[in-house]
Amino acid sequence: MQKSQLQSSQKKISQPIEFGAYSEHVPGQIPSALKYATGRFMEQRAASLDELPDWEALRQAGSAIRLHTLENLDFYLEKLEQQVIAAGGQVHWAKDAADACEIVLELARQHAVKRAVKVKSMATEEIGLNHALQEAGIEVVETDLGEYIIQLMGTGPSHIVAPAVHLKKEQIAEVFSQEFGIEAPTDPVQLTAIARQALREKFLAADLGISGANFLVAETGTLVIVTNEGNGRMCTTLPDVHVAVAGIDKVVPDWESLSVLLKLLPRSGAGQKITVYTSFITGPRRAKDEHGPSEFHLVLLDNGRSRILQDPGGRETLKCIRCGSCLNICPVYRNVGGYAYGWFISGPIGAIFTPQILGVQQASELPFASSLCGACDEVCPVKVPITKILLHLRRRVVEGDGYELAVVAPPLRAAAALGRQALGTAWLYRLGGRLLPWLQIPWLRAGWLSKLPPPLNRWTKVRPLPAFQARFRKWWKRRQQVSTGDQP
Amino acid sequence: MKAQLFITCLAEQFFPGVLEKMVALLEKLGVEPVFPTEQTCCGQPLYNSGFQEQARQLAIKWLDTFSQSDLPVVSPSGSCVDMVRHHYPALFPPGTSEHSRAVDLAGRTYEFSEFLVHQLGQIDVGAVFPHRVTYHASCHLLRGLGVRQEPLQLLQAVHGLELLPLDGTETCCGFGGVFSVVYPEVSRAMLQDKVNHILESGAEAVVASDAGCLMNIAGGLHRVGSPVRAMHLIEVLASGINLD
Repeated sequence: MQKSQLQSSQKKISQPIEFGAYSEHVPGQIPSALKYATGRFMEQRAASLDELPDWEALRQAGSAIRLHTLENLDFYLEKLEQQVIAAGGQVHWAKDAADACEIVLELARQHAVKRAVKVKSMATEEIGLNHALQEAGIEVVETDLGEYIIQLMGTGPSHIVAPAVHLKKEQIAEVFSQEFGIEAPTDPVQLTAIARQALREKFLAADLGISGANFLVAETGTLVIVTNEGNGRMCTTLPDVHVAVAGIDKVVPDWESLSVLLKLLPRSGAGQKITVYTSFITGPRRAKDEHGPSEFHLVLLDNGRSRILQDPGGRETLKCIRCGSCLNICPVYRNVGGYAYGWFISGPIGAIFTPQILGVQQASELPFASSLCGACDEVCPVKVPITKILLHLRRRVVEGDGYELAVVAPPLRAAAALGRQALGTAWLYRLGGRLLPWLQIPWLRAGWLSKLPPPLNRWTKVRPLPAFQARFRKWWKRRQQVSTGDQP
Repeated sequence: MKAQLFITCLAEQFFPGVLEKMVALLEKLGVEPVFPTEQTCCGQPLYNSGFQEQARQLAIKWLDTFSQSDLPVVSPSGSCVDMVRHHYPALFPPGTSEHSRAVDLAGRTYEFSEFLVHQLGQIDVGAVFPHRVTYHASCHLLRGLGVRQEPLQLLQAVHGLELLPLDGTETCCGFGGVFSVVYPEVSRAMLQDKVNHILESGAEAVVASDAGCLMNIAGGLHRVGSPVRAMHLIEVLASGINLD
């Protein structure tokens, strides 16, 4: 395994994200692995929702809690800060990714950290923390099995909750064989045992534990982490220092609100009533505690979130609780996989989050990476109006708005204006309808247009176009004349 | 009862037979159709491409055309009705005359199957179609308008029709308007999934309720040389009925 690969994949991206170019060459095993895995997630999800008396009411409550929190974010963040400090923790505010990395690096320097272990965290993927720590000579090991696998492969997560979901067990065995110099079996249980043994050593040797947060309870300053492998508890208990990096959107007002969101998250994500481990961490080890770090640091990351918050059209993006159900249901995601979306967050939520954080200049293709089918809106446990926000961002890309300038070149805008003229001028529209059946004749074969010249070939390369045959108006006119007794 | 026909640009260009049958069916059910000839496109292609300013111009044109009369509007397309019902009111600031016209028309514009079931109270229209049929739920009809059961109820009432389940019936076929040409390869993969499921269903015909899905699915079936027909719900409902 080439370590340079590992680093390069985690650098902050600066090139435009090319969803289209990637989608033309999706490795064949990705859709088949994804359809199998996400299909199972969705089946389990459906079963776990059936057990509840009223999923819709719970969704509505979850949505209301998230919206209320965002609308009063300043209040709850201050409260959170006070409570974390009261519990003996320290709070750091990071305005962007570089800022957040620097805060963690500084802490690592202060404690002469050599080895860090990590709980799966989207926020640290967002800021490229692994890369920053490795640059500083610190060993960083992901301890979630999926994250561990993709770290060994030198790639990022392809799914919010199941980072290695695009891989088949044979590929994982190959990665382990290379890494450990053994003939790794393809049996998932044995593969897990191999990883567990390797990770056990890392847990015991680590002097820094890094986590994200699923939720931050303002009322008591409590960090909530849900995992299925217990690695979260190991990372946050064994090393002497624990740093948690979390987006400012992760705060929830109180435990009552948390109870609603904890019902929604695991059920929606993987059809679990509750995750195997739910860790509640309030400050560092206290005098009477046997275990736990001597220091607890919370890095609160903005990185563009306050900007999103100011935009009424995009604000609800921040309601997301990262369950991954919008990926699991999305026919686009299931066919292209997470890497098509070019950053750590993928699927429908990635298509709206990334352009708002990185800007539409860099992510102009993502708002269009959807058929607007609305399946994501229907499964979202906190009712993020994803389709509506996609449309909002499409407008930002082509017309520009108060937040960013248009990306689309003036000729395309002129073409759209012409298109509007043609479609919106009744006589011109009718003339088009009459001419097209004649104009199409050179390409017409047995009622179909199978091969059209560019740019129309973008349709016909996939399927033929039915023949143009706008004859209804004539039919209607004749019918009216017949019924009123007029002679044609 | 009278109703204004909103024929939609795609159906007008590609599916005149569906429109003719819609007129005949409505008449048979005692509705006198009125056709506002100034209608063109509702603006959805531009709106969904992000050109909201351009789409607003087309919306005004559409509102001008259909607000001439107080009659309900009926259309063979769930996605065009979704545009009128849910996106038009959002295109204009509250308090403007366009906004109040948009809200008014949003409340009286119906997709064909919901018009039949809810406005006319018709489920069995007397159609006879002795074939194995499966149903693809068009996204904007299903999730935009929330019309889930109505087309199935109508199909189940067709005499001789055997309705077969379709795996992934509520999954998008890959059309998505501008999406199909912006990302043709992704659209292709989605269409292949849909075509495979249709072929696995054992149906002789697949029914959908939107011109976009029909163009896409019919084309996908044609490309693999399948004899399975892609039909609009209206075509099935008009089968076996003397409409002259």
